[in-house]
Amino acid sequence: MSDVVLETRDLVKHFPLTRGIVFKKQYGAVQAVDGVNLQLRRGETLGIVGESGCGKSTLARMLVGLETPTSGDLFVQGKNMSKVGAEERRRGRRNIQLVMQDPYTSLNPRMTVGDIIGEPFEVHPDVVPKGKRRAKVQELLDLVGLNPDHINRYPHQFSGGQRQRIGIARALALNPEIILCDEPVSALDVSIQAQVINLLEKLQAELGLSYIFIAHDLSVVRHIADRVAVMYLGKIIEIGTEDEIYDKPTHPYTQALLSAVPVPDPKLRGLRDQIVLTGDVPSPANPPSGCRFRTRCWKAQDICAEQQPTLEVRDKSGHPSACHFAEVRDVVHATE
Amino acid sequence: MSTDVNVKIDALAGVDPDALPLQVKDLHVEFRTRNGIARAVNGVSFDLRAGETRAILGESGCGKSVTAQAIMGILDTPPGFITGGEILYRGVDLLKLPESERRKVRANRIAMIFQDALSALNPVFTVGFQLAELFRKHRGMSRQDAKARAVELLDLVKIPAARQRVNDYPHQFSGGMRQRVMIAMALALDPEVLIADEPTTALDVTVQAQIMALLAELQRERNMGLVLITHDMGVVADVADQISVMYAGRVIEEAGVDDIYASPAHPYTKGLLESIPRLDLKGHELSAIKGLPPMLTNIPPGCAFNPRCGYAQEVCRQDPAPPLYQVSPSRTAACHFWKEVKGDE
Repeated sequence: MSDVVLETRDLVKHFPLTRGIVFKKQYGAVQAVDGVNLQLRRGETLGIVGESGCGKSTLARMLVGLETPTSGDLFVQGKNMSKVGAEERRRGRRNIQLVMQDPYTSLNPRMTVGDIIGEPFEVHPDVVPKGKRRAKVQELLDLVGLNPDHINRYPHQFSGGQRQRIGIARALALNPEIILCDEPVSALDVSIQAQVINLLEKLQAELGLSYIFIAHDLSVVRHIADRVAVMYLGKIIEIGTEDEIYDKPTHPYTQALLSAVPVPDPKLRGLRDQIVLTGDVPSPANPPSGCRFRTRCWKAQDICAEQQPTLEVRDKSGHPSACHFAEVRDVVHATE
Repeated sequence: MSTDVNVKIDALAGVDPDALPLQVKDLHVEFRTRNGIARAVNGVSFDLRAGETRAILGESGCGKSVTAQAIMGILDTPPGFITGGEILYRGVDLLKLPESERRKVRANRIAMIFQDALSALNPVFTVGFQLAELFRKHRGMSRQDAKARAVELLDLVKIPAARQRVNDYPHQFSGGMRQRVMIAMALALDPEVLIADEPTTALDVTVQAQIMALLAELQRERNMGLVLITHDMGVVADVADQISVMYAGRVIEEAGVDDIYASPAHPYTKGLLESIPRLDLKGHELSAIKGLPPMLTNIPPGCAFNPRCGYAQEVCRQDPAPPLYQVSPSRTAACHFWKEVKGDE
């Protein structure tokens, strides 16, 4: 247990849908996250993939404490964050920091880079004594590959990739053990994206960080993650090591998702197993009964509408998958 | 439903049916801003054959969208000015036509799909109205006939229950459906050339696959030329025939899709290919291109890529910029050292 730094048990977030102004009446709920169990081990990178609206960002917000779970428990280093007092929760949060998606809106344009990166010290003053803060900020700038002399510059004087580095420096300010990256490279150009990914990998090796890496780009996740969880409509539908998910996916949704990613190699054109899904993701306010993917699934039988498949190991693949008919199918590589 | 939509009532003088549907020759576009002149496009040339897909590949700020806007004649002027070059539609130079003639080409013969369908559609009119408008303005159809055609178009792009959805507003559609509406709108007047500017960038991968499959099918049926503007090397590998790679307003490499991926002849193309993680390969190290793309107001002398390039020598830092060298009969690259970059095949 000791090497598990973060754990969630049946984490649920429902956003109520209400009607009326004076007499509010709840008539439903958006089931953004519905019973998520995760474990993050020390020094590993857990990738979370899924399409927009699958609940991955809501999950991230709950993990860093920006959103209160409707039910379920969150353990940070063995401590149940919903049971401990406010002071201890504040200290617990120090250990888990967020790198946000959009480097253009997540930095205050009126603050200097030094103030942005140093702001966490005002919330947690005991991390670095007042006199040493400027030096610490410069050290952080150097660590993420920026010029320490640029401490008095403003965000608009930096490019997108450099701004994302500022966001990473801010997340590192409190010496956290866990960094949660919510789509950290999706707003960047490919050549810059590779620079930021390499930086994240370098920092992990140097500082022994654990990452939760949320992204919709499956190629990037394959590159950086040790284990991968696939989400669909608020639930994890398949989880396993990077090899298991990419080379031996068993859930039909994972297979469809992987087959939809174009591979940058024209020689593979037409040689890969292509699954084109029909229709759109159902509304999380009114998810289908039983398996949530059954409305778009080509394997769906009666049992899928009646019984919700649990996340368990069903076949030889050796990793858990929430499908009654889980079966390995290679969709990433050329079929012949 | 007796009206034949294929009759082009907007006749254009001087069209040579044997000429290529689209040829861009040495196009220059600049933006005159308060901070100086930004040279967004500096001599872009390419040809497009009927039924062919040409990808224009590049990162943000390389001039690929400005090229598309110049072709369509929707460049914001000022600050944007076309300062040189020709854009030929079947032999007719569009840049010399008056606006009234230009309008006959737009949507009729050359149509465009935009990246963000929500902001490209008008939020206060129904989707059906916006589609029908094309037929009323360009074909002089009655409201009723035009509406019927709009339903047919929504059917064509596989929107379920088209008859009901035609009266919905853009916000009532999902992202993928809106992009389908955009495609319907672009194909309404049966154009010969379709320009798609990052058509799937805002969409999820499964939806992207649906949209690209739909585009490919419609292109095949109509033998339409497609200019696909994108930064996604994966999508390009899947659908393109010819590729033009752009950097700082110039085409720096042009080749068939197989050649470019197998043996890039320009260091920038090579760097791009090495910096993308791949789904089917495990944890190889990403070799990032160092540095940043240049400001368009201040493009370095010589080859614009030289400050970021590992092959750069003194000759690369001096004007003029490297010309497009003929690498093989069918491909060109703007690098003095293309032989070293490409290596032996």
